[in-house]
Parts: sequence; structure tokens; C-alpha cells
Amino acid sequence: MSQLHYALYTGCTAKQSTPELLSSTLAVAKKLGIKITILEEASCCGASHLQDFDEFLAHVLNARNICYAEKLGLTMITICNTCQLNSAMTKHALDTNPELKAKVNEKLKEVGLEYKGTSEIKHFLYVLTEDYGLDAIKNRVTTPLSKFNIAPFYGCHNIRPSELHHKSNGNENAYVPKSLDNLIDALEGNPIDYEYKNKCCGFHVELQANHTSEVLTGNAMVDAIDNNADILVTPCPLCHLKMDTYQDDIGKVIGRDIELPVLHMPQMVALALGCTPKEIGLNFHVQKAEHILNY
Amino acid sequence: MGDTRKVTIKAFRFNSETDYLPYYKSYEMEIGKDELILDVMNRIKWEHDGSFSYRRSCRHGICGACAVKVNGKATLACKQNAMELLDLFNNEITIEPSSKNRSVKDMIIDKSDFWEKHNAVKPFVVTDVDPHPKHETKQSLEEFNKFLDSDLCIQCGACHYSCPVLEVNSDYFGPAAFVAAYRFTIDPRDNAGKERLETTAKMGQGVWDCVKCFECVEACPKEINPLEKITKLHNMQFEQGVADSNIATRHAEGFVRSIQKHGFLDEADIVLYSEGYLGMYKHIKTAIKMVKAGKIHWDDALPWVDNVPKSKNLDEIKKLVEISMTNKL
Repeated sequence: MSQLHYALYTGCTAKQSTPELLSSTLAVAKKLGIKITILEEASCCGASHLQDFDEFLAHVLNARNICYAEKLGLTMITICNTCQLNSAMTKHALDTNPELKAKVNEKLKEVGLEYKGTSEIKHFLYVLTEDYGLDAIKNRVTTPLSKFNIAPFYGCHNIRPSELHHKSNGNENAYVPKSLDNLIDALEGNPIDYEYKNKCCGFHVELQANHTSEVLTGNAMVDAIDNNADILVTPCPLCHLKMDTYQDDIGKVIGRDIELPVLHMPQMVALALGCTPKEIGLNFHVQKAEHILNY
Repeated sequence: MGDTRKVTIKAFRFNSETDYLPYYKSYEMEIGKDELILDVMNRIKWEHDGSFSYRRSCRHGICGACAVKVNGKATLACKQNAMELLDLFNNEITIEPSSKNRSVKDMIIDKSDFWEKHNAVKPFVVTDVDPHPKHETKQSLEEFNKFLDSDLCIQCGACHYSCPVLEVNSDYFGPAAFVAAYRFTIDPRDNAGKERLETTAKMGQGVWDCVKCFECVEACPKEINPLEKITKLHNMQFEQGVADSNIATRHAEGFVRSIQKHGFLDEADIVLYSEGYLGMYKHIKTAIKMVKAGKIHWDDALPWVDNVPKSKNLDEIKKLVEISMTNKL
């Protein structure tokens, strides 16, 4: 197999409040021999909020990000579900609407760029499960996760709307997503089946509708706990922020004690590939995941 | 694979007049490759138990009566091939009403909440009609196309009863009402757009409580994409000056502020800008936890400290924001 090479769009969160996501992604890529070029020029994707204020501006900024991956002739990969959604949404809008594409390119021309539509956009999860392949990952496991019951939490923006993920991003059925379950399986962990694994964590209304947000996360976490999860794993740093940082508050709203270590998807893979808890940045978690540290 | 498959179908059963709690019953049957979920429900009623109740009428996807859920997936029974779902769910399917909480008898639910929300956005053209017009009211194709897909809504409730916000917050209007609000607000014959935008801008009931989970988009049997309409309502609130300055609107426009300065989002600033200094007290406990874990730094929120990483070629981003912004801060 020729070496896999991708343009990584880090997003804002991996550069600020979840640095462990970026470091563990790079650690996994290094272990597996996947070449990563970071798109240092990229800006914020708008996180579905800039879109509420000014949809056109969001398209222009996302198109600019994609331009830099196109210039390298590489597939753009994301490590955040919401970055994946908003980048793919712009790509879909521009690739299917020539008029909008022309309008966006008129703006991009002012800074010497042109959106062509030549780069695919794909979440790192599917780079691992599809491009690199589950069998190949299985062969690289040095520290099997067989001790752990792991609850996969998919996060909305990697599976819905399915129209956006059909072509190059996993092609999962939004009601029966399987990639994370299969990945946990390949790392020899025990994937937990529970109702809320493909539901919403409520992160996006954390500020303005706090109660809604806490209840939605609480439902999912309690469901995972009641199904004997030792760890919850997610490919989205926004789900991670919500689920790792707010366990006390969520517990108060739901009326239950919530203590569940939450891992980023690449952290889980890195552990199985032999990285130490320190190397995957567990110290940056609010919920300290003691039993993983002592692993 | 043959043309038929022998399976056991589970169905939700409940009669609000006689049952204290709902229960599930299983029905064995051989399902043909062309049978729909509606056929399956018909056969439960006709071949197994005549008391099994569900709504049905047009049988070709335009009346919206037969919306149910199969293994949690919103399904318009008369449009959905049964074999497809058997494949998807490994031959184990459970048919349930769109909302288990609102079941009156089996699949028949009390949809009064849906209609109440729908009516609240005035789902009709509000205009002064000349009873004896000299000409028909003309519309350009472009104007018509703006609401064509929203007009295909059959009020089946699939999106409404798939929305997780409505399960937590009963004041929330929900995706179907927002589609209707958009459909009539964008209609050039209509005069009540501003009122609808104001109604749907209110916190608690309006579009700002949407969690952006896309459940509604996945659920809609007419491929309307309610979330796209919700985004358009957000944008129109700013365009038409209806948006009040509140935590949600500042959160949306605060992104421009950060992106102009850094390219990236300033995570501390967006909370500060949305909440205001007085609102920050709510976040002190969380902030302390995050500082301890090294997720944020103690000085991030100080206006003279800049810990935010910068995008390369930031000048391009600044220029693009300047020339592309269509709405005003």
C-alpha cells in the first residue's frame, strides 16, 4: 500500500481546549505511518453558529479552507464532527449550485484563490476504518483493550444528514451506525450497545438553553453507565467537551451521580497501539479516568 | 434471497381507556419483497388482531396520516418498503407510534401539540385580498422555487416527534412549525413575515433552541430539510433587524469577531461576549475545573491577553470577512 497522505484541518478546539485530541491524532498517524500535513492557513468552520448569522460568509470561509487542501492535491481530513459537517456542507452546496460557487469564487479571487471541488472531505475516523482498514489496525494492536466495556458515542454531525456523508465520509446509516463499534472491536475492547449512541449531546445550545443541553447529555451518559460502560468514546471534541467537563452539573440536573471517563476516538486507538496515558494527554481531561491511568 | 421472508414483527400496544401501561406483542408473518410497513400493519389488523389501531388514508405519501417509528426510525408507513428495514435492522423490527408518550390507542397519537405549534406561526398567506381582482397574483419562478420544497410538507409529524429538544422543552415550536414559518415568510404575497420572525426569535420557543442534531432532516419523508429552513430563519432575523441582542444572537455574531482577529475561534471570548461580564459568574466553577486540567488558562478572559492561535495568511481571512459579510453586526 502506498503511504496514505492527508491534509489535516484541525479546527479550533483541538488547538485550544482539547490539545490532547491533536496530539493523539498525530501519535496514531505516526504509529500507523500515515502522513499528515496540517492546514495552518485554515480558519474556523463557523461551528454551525456563524452559519446562523451569515450563511454566505460561512460558505466563503469554508471554501477557502478547502482551497488549501485542493492546492496540495490531498483529501482534507477533520477531527471534529462539526468541522466535518460544515466543511462538507459548503462543499455540497458549491458542487451542486454553480451560481453559488461562482459567487463564492468571486470573493475568493480577491485573495488569489479558487474553489474547484477537487478534494474530498473525510473524518479521521473513516480514514482509520476504511482507508487504513480495520484488519490492518487489528494487526498493529499491542495493548488490547479487552478489559474495557466501551460505549461508542457517534455525535450527530458525522452521521446526519446522511446525504452529506454518503459519498466519502463513512456512508453510515444514521439509525444503525457501526464504524466506532467495529473500531472498538478491532482494538479488542467490548463495544456497548445502548439506545443513545447516535443521539445528540446538546453542546450547541450549552449557553442559551442550558437545561436542554444538560438533559440530552445526561440521558446519553446515564444510558451508557446503565449498560456497564467503563469508558465512553467519541470522534467529536464538542461532544467530548460537553461530556467530560460538565459531569457534575449534568448529574445535578439528571439526579444521578455521573462519573464516566470520556476518550477522544484517536486517544483510544493510541492506547491500543501502545502509547502511554501521558502521551495521549489524559491529564487534559476534567474527569481523570483513573482506572485507565493505572492500566 | 427469496422473495419472501418469515419474520416476527413486534408492535407497541396501548389502549388509554383500559391499559395502565403499554406493552408489546409479537406477530409472525411471511413478508413479501414489495410489501410496505403499511401492509404489515394491515396484516396485523386483518390476520391477527382486529383491535390493532393506526391511522391510514391516502396510501401514497401525501396525507401524512400513517407516520410511525420502526426501531426508532421515523417512517411513513405507506412509503417504506418492509424488506429494506428488515435488512437494516437484522430482521428484528418493532413498530411504535411516532410518540410513545402521546399514544391514545396503539399507533394513534394525540397530535394536538403538533397542531398547536403549527398554528402558532400562522401557516397561511396573510394579505389583504381584493375580492374582485382584475388580474391573478403573479409570482416569478425564482420566488416560487424559494418555498417549493417547504410547501411539500404533509404535516405527518415525523420530524416533530424525532426532535430531541421537544422531549425536554414543551414550549419549543419544533421543526415542522419552523418549516411552515419559513414557507409563508418567504412568500412575496404574504404580509406577516416580520411577526413570524419575531415569534420564532423568542428564546425557549424559537429557532435559537435548536440543537442542530439533524434528526428532523433524517426523519422527513418528503426530503424537506427543516434545519436548512431554520438556518434561513436565523439569517432572516438578522437581515430584517428582528434579532434582539441576547446570549444566542451574540453567540452567532461573536464568531465573526473571533475569526477576524485570529482566524480561529477564541473560545474564552465567545463565552464572555455571549454572556457579558455579569453572566460569567455561571461559568466560574467550570472555568476553574478547566484551568486545573490545563484546558484553558487563567488569563484567557483578560482583554489584554491573547493566547489564541492564529491562522496563517490571516490577512486573507480579514479581507474575506470584510467583502463577504451580508449581515451587519
